[in-house]
Amino acid sequence: MHFANKLVIAMTAAAFAPAAPLAQEAPLKIGVVTFLSGPAASPFGVPARNAAEIMVEMLNGTKVPAPYAARGFGGAALQMQLVDESGPATTQVTEFRNLAQRDNVDMVIGYVSSGNCLAVAPVAEELKKLTVFFDCGTPRIFEEKSYKYVFRTASTATMDSVGAALYVKELKAGKIKSIAGVNQNYAWGQDSWVDFEASMKQLTPGVQVATSQMPKLFAGQYNAEISTVLGAKADVVHSSFWDGDLEAFILQAGPRGLFKRSTVILTTGETAMYKLAEHIPDGVVIGARGPYGPYAPDNELNRWFSKTFADRYGVPPNYAAYQMAQAILGTKAAWEKAQSANGGNRPSTDQVIAAFERLTFESPAGKVEMVIGAGHQAITETAYGVSKLVKGKMTVANVKRYPATMVNPPDGVKAADWIANGFKK
Amino acid sequence: MEQLLAVLIDGIIYSSWLFIAAVGLTLIYGVMKIVNVTHGSFYALGAYAAASITGALLAKGMPPSLSYAVLLGSALLVSVIVAPLIERGILRFMYAKDEVVILLITYALFLILEDVIKMIWGVNPYFIAEPYGLLGSFDVLDLTYPYYNLILVGVAIACGAGLAWMLGSTRTGKLLVAVIHDTEVSRAMGINVDRMYLYTFTFGSLLAAIGGAFTAPTVSVVPALGVEVIVLSFAVVVIGGLGSLPGAALGAVMVGLVRSAAIHYLPQAELFVIYLVMAMVLAFRPRGLFSIAEARKI
Repeated sequence: MHFANKLVIAMTAAAFAPAAPLAQEAPLKIGVVTFLSGPAASPFGVPARNAAEIMVEMLNGTKVPAPYAARGFGGAALQMQLVDESGPATTQVTEFRNLAQRDNVDMVIGYVSSGNCLAVAPVAEELKKLTVFFDCGTPRIFEEKSYKYVFRTASTATMDSVGAALYVKELKAGKIKSIAGVNQNYAWGQDSWVDFEASMKQLTPGVQVATSQMPKLFAGQYNAEISTVLGAKADVVHSSFWDGDLEAFILQAGPRGLFKRSTVILTTGETAMYKLAEHIPDGVVIGARGPYGPYAPDNELNRWFSKTFADRYGVPPNYAAYQMAQAILGTKAAWEKAQSANGGNRPSTDQVIAAFERLTFESPAGKVEMVIGAGHQAITETAYGVSKLVKGKMTVANVKRYPATMVNPPDGVKAADWIANGFKK
Repeated sequence: MEQLLAVLIDGIIYSSWLFIAAVGLTLIYGVMKIVNVTHGSFYALGAYAAASITGALLAKGMPPSLSYAVLLGSALLVSVIVAPLIERGILRFMYAKDEVVILLITYALFLILEDVIKMIWGVNPYFIAEPYGLLGSFDVLDLTYPYYNLILVGVAIACGAGLAWMLGSTRTGKLLVAVIHDTEVSRAMGINVDRMYLYTFTFGSLLAAIGGAFTAPTVSVVPALGVEVIVLSFAVVVIGGLGSLPGAALGAVMVGLVRSAAIHYLPQAELFVIYLVMAMVLAFRPRGLFSIAEARKI
């Protein structure tokens, strides 16, 4: 065939090609922020990064099960730009500005630390950049301010604390005279303890607080705190420790008999339960910050996600990985809803925000409802169980599930007020 | 009474850990006048080496009782290899520079070593909990403590006493004391000051690595392990007086006991009290409790 003929055929083909798919070809840049170094990298940051890599690759390859089978977001491929979350909040604010203004990402999905979420949210608003928090737990973000550009697709620490209180009340058949806490001294630890203490006082009137310890984040040495809690002889000990602090606490508390003397709740215990299986005795209350990991429902999305993750990385996904997948799928659902409403054309940020508000979407952890925080904050069900070693493998037993509306406050009501008013709807 | 006893025991355990971590820092400053931020890196290297070597040997069937010797050997191995490399390869070219410049150089090395650690060991945690629970526990009234804590106290005493004996009773120690007092006169008298610097930096780094190695069984060995330690170690040696061995011991005991008392009686003040003690000491003794008198140079 002559070159001229080839050219005519090519030009004709181009002229008759559908315009819309070509319009969708421009890729979407997503800034993904999570811990890639420091003590939080191993239990949270790296599993979350791995989940993000899998989701981006599989979405671009249209390998994700329904209802997420479409390529990328609405046909547009995804490009991920990773940023390390370690360092002070001021560093994270600078990094966020770099992502938004220098790298011109279309959206940012990230943040494990509650302190970083509190610092970044106002900057996201100032820069008008769609930002989705995937993990951080403090309820203060949408209680203290309202944001247009900020969403959070995981439940807050309130759900973890209320769920833990409901679970131990049932586990101990209401026979709880005193409680104690060992939590990290910053937003996450303080909020977790405040909600747990208030919930316990509502659920078991007359309960006494034996002691509340708030060591510094990443302190590493907890002998004195453990002595204080042991001496307090509390019926229930609550800890929202995470990362290396959680692992050090388990290693130091075990030989000192804390797990035998009191019923210990580890609200993020799922991240350590496999690594430290032989150091966690049976009967420790294990949380996963929602219906993740061992508490995830048996649905097609979960079967696909957990298998894909485990096949590639050799370990099952932990809750940080689930939450990252949930954030990406939630943003995809909002994007495609907005695109559909926009006649199939690429939606504007405002259109995506309108679609995201009060959205209900499916994730590997089941149904996620963006119904509080004026439609910017998710609620999900949660579950708790107790550790049980079966043939050398850590499992959870005596699992109880709590519906989303039972463990999360209604829209427009602060968590503290909701708990203080007896969890009234 | 029980609580007071708990304050004392917890305070002593914490002081022992602090002293092991901090004493090498004060030794290096005393001899070399370097505020050595890489001290935190050697603490982390000791922990990683101990966790990986001990873990590997235990997996190959080594009797667990030998793990304490392996902890010590791991610290020795990593400090004997890395410390001379840093001292001979980088620091010796910087001694003529201002103390602040050398401080910044050691900070830069600290950051580099953090990344080197991540390159070698990755970001996943390492655990070797066997030595912690191996010896069993003892009860004090109603509280249970693993015997391993007594090993920490023993290591701290051995480090302090060994260092005091070395400085006071050996030829090398006496030469070091001469260098501490006046580097120029020592050099003029024929002391090989460069060699003394090499010994001091290696030995000081070994002490940090021992601190990390013996902490490894009680923690999750993860990146940035040395960050918290370096901050606390500075507080201890500043309270005691930079370069003073008895000062480091007293500083560690003060910080350990005050922190322990705060945790038991006023937990809200835990973070605050360590730096309150430091501020109070510096208000009345700006060069620390055991500041070394320096000859005025004309």
